[in-house]
Amino acid sequence: MAAIYIAEVSKIYTGGVEAVKSVSIDIADGEFIVLVGPSGCGKSTLLRMVAGLETISRGTVTIGPRVVNTVDPAERDVAMVFQNYALYPHMTVYENLAYGLRNRKTPKVEIDARVAEAARMLEIEPYLDRKPRALSGGQRQRVAMGRAIVRKPAAFLFDEPLSNLDAKLRVSMRGEIKRLQKRLGTTSLYVTHDQLEAMTLADRLVVLNGGRIEQIGRPLDVYHAPASTFVASFIGSPAMNLVKGTLAGGRLHIGTHAIDLDHSASAEGPVTVGLRAEDLRLASAGEQALLFRVAYVEELGAQRLVHGTVEEQELTIALPPEAPLANELAIAVPIDRLHFFSAENGSRLHRPRGTGVAAGAAPARPQAVNLEPAL
Amino acid sequence: MHRTRIIDHVILLIGAFIMVTPVVVAFMTSTHDAADIHRNGLSLTWGGHFAETYETVLTREGGFTGKVTGFNMMMNSMILGLGFAVGKIVLSMLAAYAIVYFRFPLATFFFWVIFTTLLLPLEVRILPSYEVMNALKLTNTYTGLIVPLLASATGTFYFRQFFKSVPDELLEAARIDGAGPFKFFIDVLVPLSRTMMAAIFIIMFVYGWNQYLWPTLMTTDEGFFTLVRGIKQILLVWVGSNIPDYNEAFALAILAMLPPVMIVVIFQRWFIKGLTESDK
Repeated sequence: MAAIYIAEVSKIYTGGVEAVKSVSIDIADGEFIVLVGPSGCGKSTLLRMVAGLETISRGTVTIGPRVVNTVDPAERDVAMVFQNYALYPHMTVYENLAYGLRNRKTPKVEIDARVAEAARMLEIEPYLDRKPRALSGGQRQRVAMGRAIVRKPAAFLFDEPLSNLDAKLRVSMRGEIKRLQKRLGTTSLYVTHDQLEAMTLADRLVVLNGGRIEQIGRPLDVYHAPASTFVASFIGSPAMNLVKGTLAGGRLHIGTHAIDLDHSASAEGPVTVGLRAEDLRLASAGEQALLFRVAYVEELGAQRLVHGTVEEQELTIALPPEAPLANELAIAVPIDRLHFFSAENGSRLHRPRGTGVAAGAAPARPQAVNLEPAL
Repeated sequence: MHRTRIIDHVILLIGAFIMVTPVVVAFMTSTHDAADIHRNGLSLTWGGHFAETYETVLTREGGFTGKVTGFNMMMNSMILGLGFAVGKIVLSMLAAYAIVYFRFPLATFFFWVIFTTLLLPLEVRILPSYEVMNALKLTNTYTGLIVPLLASATGTFYFRQFFKSVPDELLEAARIDGAGPFKFFIDVLVPLSRTMMAAIFIIMFVYGWNQYLWPTLMTTDEGFFTLVRGIKQILLVWVGSNIPDYNEAFALAILAMLPPVMIVVIFQRWFIKGLTESDK
C-alpha cells in the first residue's frame, strides 16, 4: 500500500501529439481515484504511464517512496485489471493467479495460500482448475481481479474493467470492486468513461478532457459544483442543460424571459447557464417560469425525461411520472440551483453554493420541499 | 441447414475415387513381381508378393556402393522432414516474434523483404546456395541438407499474423506479472501457438520429405539418399536385366507416401484448427 504522486506528467507521442498535458494528482494511501472522461481524453494513457506500459514524456510518477519513471512495470509493485481481462487462455484459473507470483520466485506454499485466499474472497474456488474460456464474462472478471489481489500490490490499476460486461453484471461487479477495495484498503486508480461508475466508485474523481484535468473532487462536490461546462455536461445523467443567457442588473435573461435572482451574480453580460434536469419542475401559478416546448418524452419508470426547447435552446427536464404533460409547459427555475459558466471559456463563474451562505436565501425558495433532488 | 442429398455424396465419391485410385493401383501393382508388371502393366488385383517385395526394398543393400537400404533412405527422409519442420518452426517463430514485438529500425522493411521471398521458389537461389554450402564444406552433411532451406517466409508470415492477433493486453499483463521477453515467449506465445505449430509442422514436414532437387545437388554420398531419390535410383540402377524393378519402385513410392499421410492423419484436427481458429 502506498500513496501515489503524479506530478506534472505529460505524454507526447512521436509526431508531437500531446495526449496528456501536465497532469498532477496526489493520491492518498488507500484512496479510490477514478479517472473519467470521454474517449481520447488521455485517461488510459495516464493510467498506463503509472503502470509503466507507456513511457513518461515529462514529469514524475512516485509510488510509495520512490520515483518510478524508469522502473520496469513488474518492479513498480502495481497490479492491473484490463478491460478484456487479458487472462492467459492456455492456463487454468489457478495458474493465471499464480503466474505473477511464480515469476517473483514466491515459495509454492505461499502461492497456494494466497491463491486460495483470493479465490475464496472472489468466490471463484470451484473454477480453479478451469481454463478461462470455460468461464462466463463475470467469472473472468473475477479471475482478473484475483490476479491483481494475489500479488498484494501497492496499488490496483483498473482500465475500464467493467466495459465488457452486460449492464446488470456491471452493477453488481461495481459493488463488488468497491467492497473489495474498502476491505483491502489498497490504493486504486480506476479508468472509466462511464460517469455513473465514476460517481459510485470514487472517493475522489478526476475529470479529464483533452489531456487536461478539468476538475478533481469528491463525486458529490463535482456534481453540485462542476468547474466547467464540460464537467457539467459529463457528470450526471441526464447531462446538465446548458443554456445561453445574459446577466444584467441581478436578472438573468434567457431570450425574452427574465428571471430575478436572489443573490447578486458576480458577473454581468453573456453567460452559459447550467440547469440540472432533476432540479427543474413544473411551475405553480404565479411563479416565474420558462415556457418549454415539448419535443418528445422518455419514460424511465421512476421518472420521465421530457426533451424540448426553451427559446429554441434544447433542454431536458426530469419530471415525476405522474406530472401532467402538454405541448407547452411552464417550468419553474430554481434560482438557488443555477450554475453560471463563462460564455467564453466555459469555466465556473461564482463560488459553489456553500451550505451556509446560499442557504441564507431561504425565503426565496418557498418550494424547498419539492426541490430536494432525488439523489 | 442444408440437407445432404444423394448428389452430394456422388460428387464426394467421384472426388475420392479420383484421388485414391492411383494410390490403390500403385499399391496393388507393387505386390506383383517385376516380370508380371512388365507383361500386364498396372493391375488392380492382389499379386501375392507383398511381403518379399517390401522386405527387399527396405533391407536389400543397393546402389553403386551396395550399402544403401530402403530403410536407410527412409531414415534420411525422416531426418530431412523433421529437421525442416522443426527448424522452420523455431526459426520463423523467432523471426515473427522479433518483427511483431520488438521495435527496431526498418522492421517493416525487413518483414517485406522476407515476405517477397515467398514469391521466389527455391530453384531461383539454388546455385548460389550450393556454392555457399560447398565453400563451407557442408555438402554431404545433414547440416548442409537442412540449414540452407530453414528460413521460411511462409512460416514467418503465418506466425506474424498469428502474433498480431494476440491481444496486446496479454503482453502487458505478462509484463506486469514480471515476465521478461523470453519468459513471455516461452510461457505465453509458444503454448498459444500450438495449433499454428501443428499446421506449419505438417506443411513443412511434407515439403521437406518431398524435396528432390536440393538433396540431389547437395549429396553425392549414397548414405544421404532420401526415399524420393531412391525411387529414381531403382529405375536407373537396376535396369541391367532389361526388366526394371517396377514392383520395387512402386513399393518405394508407397513407402514414401506413408509417413506424410500418417502425419496428416494424426495432426489433422490441430491442422484444421490452426488454420481456421481465430477465437483464442
